[in-house]
Amino acid sequence: MTDVINTNDNANPNGSNFSTELRTILMVWQRELIRFGRNRTRIITSLSQPLLFLFVLGYGMSTLVGSTEGFDFKKFLFPGIVAMSVVSTAIFSAISIVWDREFGFLREMLVAPVRRSSLVIGKTLGGASVAALQGTIMLVLAPLIGVRLTVLLVIEVIGLELLMAIALTAFGVFVASRIERIEGFQVVMQLVLFPMLFLSGALFPLSGLPVWLSVLTRVNPLTYAVAPLRQVVFAAQNVPPAAAARFSAQVTIFGHVLPIWSEVSLVGIFFVVFFLLAVQGLSRRQ
Amino acid sequence: MEGEAERPLATDTSVAPETQRRVMAAPAIEVIDVEKRFGDLVAVGGVSFSVQPGEVFAFLGPNGAGKSTTINILCTLALPTGGSARVAGFDVVKNPNEVRQKIGLVFQEQTLDDQLTAEENLRFHAVLYGVPKKYRKERIERVLELVKLADRGSDLVSTFSGGMARRLEIARGMLHTPAVLFLDEPTIGLDPQTRSLMWDDVMTLRREEGVTIFLTTHYMDEAEVADRIAIIDHGQIVALDTPERLKAIIGADTVDLETGNDAAAFEVIKAAGFQVERGAERVTVFTENGEGEVARLVELVGGGVRSVHVHRPTLDDVFLHFTGREIREQPGESHTGMGRAWGARHR
Ligand SMILES: Nc1ncnc2c1ncn2[C@@H]1O[C@H](COP(=O)(O)OP(=O)(O)O)[C@@H](O)[C@H]1O
Ligand SMILES: [Mg+2]
Repeated sequence: MTDVINTNDNANPNGSNFSTELRTILMVWQRELIRFGRNRTRIITSLSQPLLFLFVLGYGMSTLVGSTEGFDFKKFLFPGIVAMSVVSTAIFSAISIVWDREFGFLREMLVAPVRRSSLVIGKTLGGASVAALQGTIMLVLAPLIGVRLTVLLVIEVIGLELLMAIALTAFGVFVASRIERIEGFQVVMQLVLFPMLFLSGALFPLSGLPVWLSVLTRVNPLTYAVAPLRQVVFAAQNVPPAAAARFSAQVTIFGHVLPIWSEVSLVGIFFVVFFLLAVQGLSRRQ
Repeated sequence: MEGEAERPLATDTSVAPETQRRVMAAPAIEVIDVEKRFGDLVAVGGVSFSVQPGEVFAFLGPNGAGKSTTINILCTLALPTGGSARVAGFDVVKNPNEVRQKIGLVFQEQTLDDQLTAEENLRFHAVLYGVPKKYRKERIERVLELVKLADRGSDLVSTFSGGMARRLEIARGMLHTPAVLFLDEPTIGLDPQTRSLMWDDVMTLRREEGVTIFLTTHYMDEAEVADRIAIIDHGQIVALDTPERLKAIIGADTVDLETGNDAAAFEVIKAAGFQVERGAERVTVFTENGEGEVARLVELVGGGVRSVHVHRPTLDDVFLHFTGREIREQPGESHTGMGRAWGARHR
């Protein structure tokens, strides 16, 4: 099979191409929201998994780990779980492309006289909105865990959630564009997504790890998405120095603490790379 | 169609496009030596044909003949490995976006979002095809009306039957007033009644919106709704002409007569110069134009005629003639003479 990039992905001939592309983005985005809103079971299941992690793992480990000057493991875990929920919702929104392929709707989109990039932008924004929404709903649990919320913190968290969600939806769309069958996606999820989530520092501090684990967490791009979220949450709490040392929110490389802007930039680069690859993946003609 | 009579029987497909291009200007679809290989497999082995604006053109062939592959090339989803094709005046390789703007598509497999309502599916399509906002609602209502789904617009597609979903797809294909509508096996899996409704819808659209229709089917009777039929087998066009002329290639009609006195009837008909046979309970006459000769035959036999039955050769006979094989039917799918009944009403 010869796969050729469609280099003719140019404007539609009706002149008003920019507004058509913009409307396409909005329409694809809207479709994601409509579908999400109609799927109650999806909302419930995607909330139940992080809840399970937060309470079972959080309370279970808290007794084992104990607290340091009143700061316990649950508070450390909370931002990690919010990030996990955003990441998995984003990726699972992106897989709907595989369903769309299986059920044909993808062809309806691909044969339309619009740019492939508009479809990917719409899909990415849609998935990201849903994921950020999901992550923001999780904030309701903050008082139960003893995490203090401020208006500024909520704004920062939503911003970081959106960035993370956009990057991971783009990644998911890229994976989905290269996969023909649903079974294939499940394999990728088991072999890529779950290891990435567990090696991201969402569930444990990244300091004092064995070397191999330390290396794996540092090459994992998700690490740089999770860490900023935890850093802004911690910044709004009174974290005693001893606790900050024990439950570190920082990522260090060769002993240097990465500043938050560099982590955010890495996620931004990750987004751009996978966005371009996703557009290319969907532009192939048989 | 005008110009039909002068056109040669285009079974030699290598000359057909040139001839037709001279006869008529600006074809809706023009295909020259299009070929598609998948590795060693030749799915489409160099086909040429052209379709005039407003024409209904059918690709008739068994599963695996290369019908969907040809449609994928024409609708810019696949690249040909050889040859060239233009749709609505635009090259499918060089100007895919312009082509996409001009065509409507109903794929072999269903491509609706069944978690959206019928109207939401149509609105999505209207936006992507740049239907101006002020016409959108009106146009959605009109196409829903055309396929008789006006009262189901706000229902989820997941509640639709197969036939309703198919009709909705046809409505969607027409939503942006395309110049050419492609229908890939549009009636597959539908019961005969639904199919006949669907063909009614399609032909209404053609009449009211003047769209050119390119359809594929492996049902003989459905191909008869077309103005012209290309019989495709193993990626090659083996015959291309009007249904009537294709059937004429096979030969004569047969007229069965049941009479009070078969022996006497046989003698008078034979004496009048017809080729005739005597069966157990009927007399069978072979003639070029069965329907046209009925009156004369009845007159010859006189008052004793109890029944007359004219049988015209079918496209099944045509397919067998050109390929040496019966076209394979999908097991378990019944089909009736619906397409033909339709043709009789509208042609
Ligand atoms: N993507 C593909 N890769 C390999 N072979 C293909 C592909 N698509 C179709 N074919 C083959 O090309 C031939 C023609 O297929 P198709 O055009 O789908 O036939 P039809 O629509 O007439 O049933 C078949 O032998 C089919 O197996
Ligand atoms: Mg097919």
